[in-house]
Amino acid sequence: MLVNNMKFLLNRQFRCCIQTTSVRLLSTAVGGYSPQFKDNFKGNYDVIIAGGGMVGCSLACAMAKNSLLSNLRVLLLEASPESYYQPKPEYSNRVVALNQNTKSLMTSLNVWKHVENVRLQPVRYMQVWDASSDVMISFSSADMMDDDVAYIVENDLMLHAINTELLAVNSNINIVYNAKIQSYQLPKEAYPSTQSIVKMDNGDTYTCQLLIGADGANSAVRKAMGVQYLSWSYDQMGVVATLDLAEECTNTTAWQRWLPTGPIALLPLDSKRSSLVWCTWQDNAKQLLKLPEDQFVDALNDALWKQYPRSSSVETCTSWLSAGLKQAGMADGAARQLPPSVRGVAPASRAAFPLAFGHSTRYIAPGVALIGDAAHRVHPLAGQGVNLGFGDVKDLTELLAEAVYSGLDVAHPNWMQKYESVRQRHNVPTQVMIEVLHRLYTVDFLPVVLARSLGLQIANALQPIKKLIMAQAAT
Amino acid sequence: MWSYKLSRSVLKGTRNNGIMKLVWCSTQPAPATSATRIAHSTIDTSDVELFSKQMKDWWNPDGPMALLHTFNLLRVPFVRDGLVNTSQKDLQPLKDKKILDVGCGGGILSEGLARLGADVTGIDASKDLIALAHEHRNVDPKIANNKPIYINCTVEDHAKTVANHYDAVVASEVIEHVNNQELFVKSCIHALKPGGRIFITTPNRTRMSQLFVIFLSENVFNFIPKGAHQYEKFITPNELTFILERNDCHVELSYGILYNPVARTWDFSQYQHLQYAIQAVKLS
Ligand SMILES: Cc1cc2nc3c(=O)[nH]c(=O)nc-3n(C[C@H](O)[C@H](O)[C@H](O)COP(=O)(O)OP(=O)(O)OC[C@H]3O[C@@H](n4cnc5c(N)ncnc54)[C@H](O)[C@@H]3O)c2cc1C
Repeated sequence: MLVNNMKFLLNRQFRCCIQTTSVRLLSTAVGGYSPQFKDNFKGNYDVIIAGGGMVGCSLACAMAKNSLLSNLRVLLLEASPESYYQPKPEYSNRVVALNQNTKSLMTSLNVWKHVENVRLQPVRYMQVWDASSDVMISFSSADMMDDDVAYIVENDLMLHAINTELLAVNSNINIVYNAKIQSYQLPKEAYPSTQSIVKMDNGDTYTCQLLIGADGANSAVRKAMGVQYLSWSYDQMGVVATLDLAEECTNTTAWQRWLPTGPIALLPLDSKRSSLVWCTWQDNAKQLLKLPEDQFVDALNDALWKQYPRSSSVETCTSWLSAGLKQAGMADGAARQLPPSVRGVAPASRAAFPLAFGHSTRYIAPGVALIGDAAHRVHPLAGQGVNLGFGDVKDLTELLAEAVYSGLDVAHPNWMQKYESVRQRHNVPTQVMIEVLHRLYTVDFLPVVLARSLGLQIANALQPIKKLIMAQAAT
Repeated sequence: MWSYKLSRSVLKGTRNNGIMKLVWCSTQPAPATSATRIAHSTIDTSDVELFSKQMKDWWNPDGPMALLHTFNLLRVPFVRDGLVNTSQKDLQPLKDKKILDVGCGGGILSEGLARLGADVTGIDASKDLIALAHEHRNVDPKIANNKPIYINCTVEDHAKTVANHYDAVVASEVIEHVNNQELFVKSCIHALKPGGRIFITTPNRTRMSQLFVIFLSENVFNFIPKGAHQYEKFITPNELTFILERNDCHVELSYGILYNPVARTWDFSQYQHLQYAIQAVKLS
């Protein structure tokens, strides 16, 4: 009864209002809000990418190269000045290990050849061993159908290669350097419009339908989204440096040793040089930066070679297991190779970066998506950080292109939800794995040392497990 | 299946404790008298507010019409891939394709197709919905040069004025409401060019669809208004295929359609017992 009355009432009202509404009124009712700040209004874009680090730039490049997205008006805002890359004989101290997935993405974007034209070092063998027990696990090209395990590339070269390609394609991508974003005004819901307002510190403003937060671990876009961010500091820093090796060698091995203070890694650069990533407690890191060069090199060689006190029970168990594995005809982990000695450190190449874990519980909000370190931050122990970000770029471009090809808006919730779930399904387990490794290895508690040593031995002996680890790390 | 009902109802959605109550209104054309009210010059702001609320209800992708919006994600590519098959993808795959959207409602599917470049004509028996659709075509700048044309009529009447004209006729969630299904299909085919394609989506007539489409959706979950469906009017894929082939069409594809209420997505599947989609080509 009541329903019937209501039906009548509403139906009548509805009819009236349809017919009395003009187009002009309609556009105020459902159209986007027009910016009031006319003086400094610098334009409306389909997409604004906030942050032109490696991840933000590669997204711009991937969008420019995709025939379905190349019509979008895209603006890339980067706080730092435009950098001009000059190949130098000495290596930069900031390098990343890139996996096969990143290589194929960059090859498809034509970026990889610019890296190859300058320099990169393939990693064909990787050895990870535990200072507390000498148990080790190794990964080699032979395990992955003779593909390289990873590639070591300098950050600035990578960025240069991406930008070279970005500028080479004649696209609708605008880039503004020295563009410091001050604040964001984001839409509360996807309807009526997903328009975001981006305010710069010089008073300029831009608007866009889709805002991409590629502004790194301290992402202001993420903060403006008001999403939950799960994070903790490791109280650790990563000390980086460019190292001269004592002896020339093919140098295609990445070495990583787990010390009680954290992992130390040597990533190959060329036959004589390697790049250091040494994760350790903050005060220790600061000390290491202050040491004179020769003492730093001594400390480093110590960290790579020094015998740490062993627990005899762990020793007994691991040697018992390795005997068992040997009998079963499996890798017993005794084939451990010896790491190189370090002769010197390149002048002024030492620096330290704080390390932290971060996970944004949401990667999306109406009209906004996060990519790269803005969405997830990991300990560098597995060399995954930027690879996860490039994975975001690949999936985001594909899903957005598919959405546009289906006639959807650039900020349609459907593809954005898919993006979030696809990426979180990949990124979160990887982050958890890295976190577990980190926690396992920064304790000295006997049962843990025992368990991780035996676990590592077994993982090393079982090819399927190794393949699984590599598959997760390669994508 | 639920979505369509929403489109057909002149919808009044109110959210009550998170449960949506929909009031079903007749899809009969409105009395002719109200059509003249447009001349009034004083605009009643409460009317305007109500109108924009209507617009919002229809066009907010997360609003009461969410099912219909998400259904577009399945049927727009379905029509697109039935009409164009190219590895060279571009932004206007349906450019120059003339498409008739039968039972267009507020225009959600029509605009979806227009955004891919199609020349869309939308027809609906409801004057109110045609008015709504007609207003909304001015909103999206992406279809500014390519606005769908909306006509308040039935397909039987429309077929009297056009013959062998469209590259595609789409009847999404309509046929289960018409009284003479053979005449309906005949009229659609009449408007179609030889070689053109007809796309139909509709619920199957099975115990499963009776349970899910009618009983659960209408009475338990209130997804769609009560009484929206009559089980006897549902048509099975075999019956529909038979009608199409008897009228000079060849059925090329038929898929089952499933809705995942958790992910809120529609998917094609092998399972045709709830709802299905059929694509057929007109032979001569
Ligand atoms: C010691 C160390 C070693 C690492 N090793 C590896 C490795 O081996 N392999 C690997 O894959 N990853 C590694 N990583 C991680 C990797 O460096 C990061 O994941 C990667 O740099 C993230 O890229 P991004 O583009 O997301 O963020 P960023 O590089 O942080 O870029 C963010 C950009 O946004 C800009 N920006 C920020 N705020 C604003 C603003 N308000 N206005 C305008 N612009 C703004 C910044 O200027 C910056 O250019 C390592 C990290 C560390 C610290």
